[in-house]
Amino acid sequence: MELIGEGIKKALELIISFDPEVMGITFLSLKISGLATLISLFLGISAGTAIALINFPGKKIVISLVNTGMGLPPVVVGLFVTVLIWRNGPLGFLEILYTPSAMIIAQAIIATPIVMGISLAAIQHLPENLRLQILSLGATRLQMVWVLIKEARLPLLAAVMAGFGGVISEVGASIMVGGNIKGYSRVLTTATVMETSKGNFDIAIALGIILLLLAFCVNLILTQIQQRQRPR
Amino acid sequence: MTNNILMQVNNLVLDRRSVTVLDIEKLNVTAGKILVLIGPNGAGKSSLLLTLAGLLKFQKGRLNYQGISIKSGKDRLMLRRNCSVVFQESLLLDETVYKNVALGLKLRGKNNNIKADVEEALYYFGVNNLAQRSARNLSGGEAKRVSLARAFALKPQLILLDEPFSSLDPPTNEGIIDDLQRILEKTKITAVIASHNREETLRLAHDVAVMNNGKIIQIGTAAEVFNQPVNEFVADFVGAETILEGIVKSNHDGIMMITVKDKTIEATGNYAGGEKVYCCLRPENIMISREIQNKYSARNFFPAKVKKVHNQGIFNKLILDCGFPLVAYITKNSCEDLSLQEDDSVVASFKATAVHVIRREK
Repeated sequence: MELIGEGIKKALELIISFDPEVMGITFLSLKISGLATLISLFLGISAGTAIALINFPGKKIVISLVNTGMGLPPVVVGLFVTVLIWRNGPLGFLEILYTPSAMIIAQAIIATPIVMGISLAAIQHLPENLRLQILSLGATRLQMVWVLIKEARLPLLAAVMAGFGGVISEVGASIMVGGNIKGYSRVLTTATVMETSKGNFDIAIALGIILLLLAFCVNLILTQIQQRQRPR
Repeated sequence: MTNNILMQVNNLVLDRRSVTVLDIEKLNVTAGKILVLIGPNGAGKSSLLLTLAGLLKFQKGRLNYQGISIKSGKDRLMLRRNCSVVFQESLLLDETVYKNVALGLKLRGKNNNIKADVEEALYYFGVNNLAQRSARNLSGGEAKRVSLARAFALKPQLILLDEPFSSLDPPTNEGIIDDLQRILEKTKITAVIASHNREETLRLAHDVAVMNNGKIIQIGTAAEVFNQPVNEFVADFVGAETILEGIVKSNHDGIMMITVKDKTIEATGNYAGGEKVYCCLRPENIMISREIQNKYSARNFFPAKVKKVHNQGIFNKLILDCGFPLVAYITKNSCEDLSLQEDDSVVASFKATAVHVIRREK
């Protein structure tokens, strides 16, 4: 208990004093996971909507693959991305191993199936005749897709939260492709792992609390947006 | 474009998942008229409506809208932007009522008068007070009125309604049908309505097309289809509840004597002696009395036993045995006046002109 108390005290100190190192790590976490989530939103919503709306042979298998991808282990993604961008790997020429860019790519790969799976389910859940109704109002195909996405905005915002939650808390892939380099690729999760392994539990708990606060604040903002969009 | 024909269908075939769901030889939609498509479930009414609305791509045949043959995606978009469709479900978006009704106008780029058009359409259907309410919080009847207002706000040339009243309770239905009838009369918008309800059809239709298995079996004015069905299927569907097999015994100047079981029915028509026919009788054309009434002009009188009395709300449905089965409707008051009960003896009478005769192949 004393240890947890110390951790909370330390967290408050670090937050109130705007500790430059902790602030740097926090902003980098937010930047990497935020960008990864944005990329996953673009890819996930587009592909999820397309899969939901287009009938093609093997659709059920594709949906099963997407659903499996929602539980993609971050270490497997980390391994896969590391092999790809390793000096001698197929994308080694990019020279991005142990950089924030590699972390963004790995996190985007983790978040995309989550966003895709939720988007797919959200669009499929809309009434079957709704797309015909929107087309009959005079919409082009593109306008129809846009109206459907807007109609599914509440579950889609849940997809944003799930995607962001998945990557901000992820550690395996970030350590593997980012390297946890101080001041460069160290984020809240990798720093927490490192401080725990060094026995600095108070700092580790403090970082953990900051991570929780960050996730809470982002979700609070998204929930506000989600609930405000609903007409009374 | 043929004079006042808004839409023409010729030899149109629509396949879905390798099954032919529509095979329409000929159909004309007349401008300013209300055409009601009737038929059982799976007859192809909805598929035909969606095809007419440019929402389904047909494989063969021609669909002409105001003389323009609908072939490409661009043509179908043009068609969709001249029509409105109201589905069985209200299909409103999770927005306010106002935004729902305005959506079609925005999608069609009619941005000039959105507020006035939306308000007018909401007013037409008596839901102007709901403009700022969430469409998710409406009752079934209110949602249906809003979906109709959304369709009419577009001021379409053709409105297509797919069983629009089937999900509502009868009193709600009543009011909405009244409003729809009034607004269609006022705006003179051409309408095609899919329905399986005879009363709705009789109230709304100028023309009726009876469908079965993706084909149009009979098309004509409501009176023609209801009073002169072309075959047993149509007769059964439009509510000639008594359909009797008979053989024409003789025909003198259009007055036929038809043998049904061991009885003779007098009917008007042109079938020759010896022809096998169906005699179709609508239950509302049968009169019931305790004894033969000479004051009636009816030519057919049959002593009958009341087999069953079914309560149908404001009237009773009588199942009679006259030597052949006969169904009649009688008001509750008449039933009480005649003190009718099961197993009572009565006289059933009907005019020769009330018998619709159809040739029988078997």
